[in-house]
Amino acid sequence: MTEVDFDVVQIRKDFPILNREVNGKPLVYLDNAATSQTPQQVINAIVDYYQNYNANIHRGVHALSQEATDKYEQARQKIQQHFNAAKVHEIIFTSGTTHGINLVANGFSSLLQKGDEVLVSAMEHHSNIVPWQMLCERTGAILKVIPMNEQGELVMETYQNLLSSKTKLVFCNHISNALGTINPIEEIINAAHEVGAAVLIDGAQAAPHIKADVQALDVDFYVVSAHKICGPTGVGMLYGKEEWLKKLPPYQGGGEMIAEVTFEKTTYAELPHKFEAGTPNICGGIAFGAALDYMNTIGFEAIAAYEHQLLDYATTELSKIDGLKIYGTAQNKTSVISFNIEGVHPYDIGTILDKLGIAVRTGHHCAQPIMDFYKIPGTVRASFCFYNTKEEVDALVAGVERAKNMLVG
Amino acid sequence: MTIQAIQEEIIEEFSMFDDWMQRYEYMIELGKSLPLIDEQYKTDDNIIKGCQSKVWVHAELEDDKLLFTADSDAIITKGIIALLIRVFSNQKPKDIMEADTQFIDEIGLKEHLSPTRANGLVSMIKQMKLYAVAYQTQIK
Repeated sequence: MTEVDFDVVQIRKDFPILNREVNGKPLVYLDNAATSQTPQQVINAIVDYYQNYNANIHRGVHALSQEATDKYEQARQKIQQHFNAAKVHEIIFTSGTTHGINLVANGFSSLLQKGDEVLVSAMEHHSNIVPWQMLCERTGAILKVIPMNEQGELVMETYQNLLSSKTKLVFCNHISNALGTINPIEEIINAAHEVGAAVLIDGAQAAPHIKADVQALDVDFYVVSAHKICGPTGVGMLYGKEEWLKKLPPYQGGGEMIAEVTFEKTTYAELPHKFEAGTPNICGGIAFGAALDYMNTIGFEAIAAYEHQLLDYATTELSKIDGLKIYGTAQNKTSVISFNIEGVHPYDIGTILDKLGIAVRTGHHCAQPIMDFYKIPGTVRASFCFYNTKEEVDALVAGVERAKNMLVG
Repeated sequence: MTIQAIQEEIIEEFSMFDDWMQRYEYMIELGKSLPLIDEQYKTDDNIIKGCQSKVWVHAELEDDKLLFTADSDAIITKGIIALLIRVFSNQKPKDIMEADTQFIDEIGLKEHLSPTRANGLVSMIKQMKLYAVAYQTQIK
């Protein structure tokens, strides 16, 4: 294996949290698919906001309000450029991926009719299942599932057969949070468009690894959370094509989203404000922009190459453990490894690893249908970020071995 | 033995362990030891679903004392269940209602009773207390 040129030692210096200890051991943080850590550059942006220009935006005539508004709108532009949206008002700030999905699902309540069909992939996070089930309950539309195979890949032939003139919406994640599979979203989007269906792609897991180009993808909606990409929690973005965002009714009523209010009638603000009721997470939005700056300075190609190297190494080393089975062995996958040890509950492994200072996720990863597919209660999931090291993979492997020795026999 | 006395006995036992490894090895041994519940009681009615591990609890009254049996699909959870059963089973409902679970903190297993662990243990203790309340009214 050729080593990728990547100065991980230098990069780790940007993340103060990586210096801490857990249970007396150096922290080995491998729960990045849940939340990534925050670099000093982003922490500085958060501190700068509260120390120097904290104010409500879009309203005040005073200097602080103007500065905060400028920075917040600059962040929106950074997000637009990063995802290559055609127009800045196609970027809606949300509280995160779940909020973005609910916003779209709610909007489609008025566009769907009884008997319409919506397709969901079999490997979705609950946040990309439940809002659509609720939508179907409200409208009488029918939810159909695109199945997956044993490797954790979508069965594209079945998908093609499920599509028809009745299909109005397709939603799928770009990358599975539980398995790491990178889904063929170009193909999914193109096929859906041929029957006139709109597509929402959940990019929560893809954003830390892949720079998605929403115009090249021709996707209708793309949603992400900042906390997966070195940003803060509680903020994210929804990209929607202008034509769709204009069609959807507002999601929440309140300040900021109106043009004119009387007790007889209210007219709504233009995009993007129509979907941004109330005072937003101003600091979070600005820090989201700072996080994208940080990631882009390192470069997504370099990040992907390095993470792939870590994934290959971890896959090889973990596979050497007798009785260890990896779930999600797609050809095209990102730096996530879901696994179990034969006869051992994932909770027990996670508990021992925690004692060793190693943070992994255990359980069903909010994707119960996947666990039901494999007939398991859950998995242990190690997810790697560009600041993780080969030595940390070694610590994980040694920790799993140790847990296995304690738990088996 | 009273609930208090059993808890003190467990604290005493755990004080002999030097580090977390020994404590956990003991818990795992406890968990592996015996099936704690009769298979017929591992029903959906008796299940407490944590997000991560499942717990089953069954209660029955014998004379004036409440007997608990329980199980879990995760072994460390099962080990803690074994301790909880040792403390609470074969006790009077009134005593169970009034007892606390401070001993779990003192033996260094506090984190397992944190709601974020989602292992079903917090709900299990709540369920045991609810059984105690229910059977207490029967005794009267």
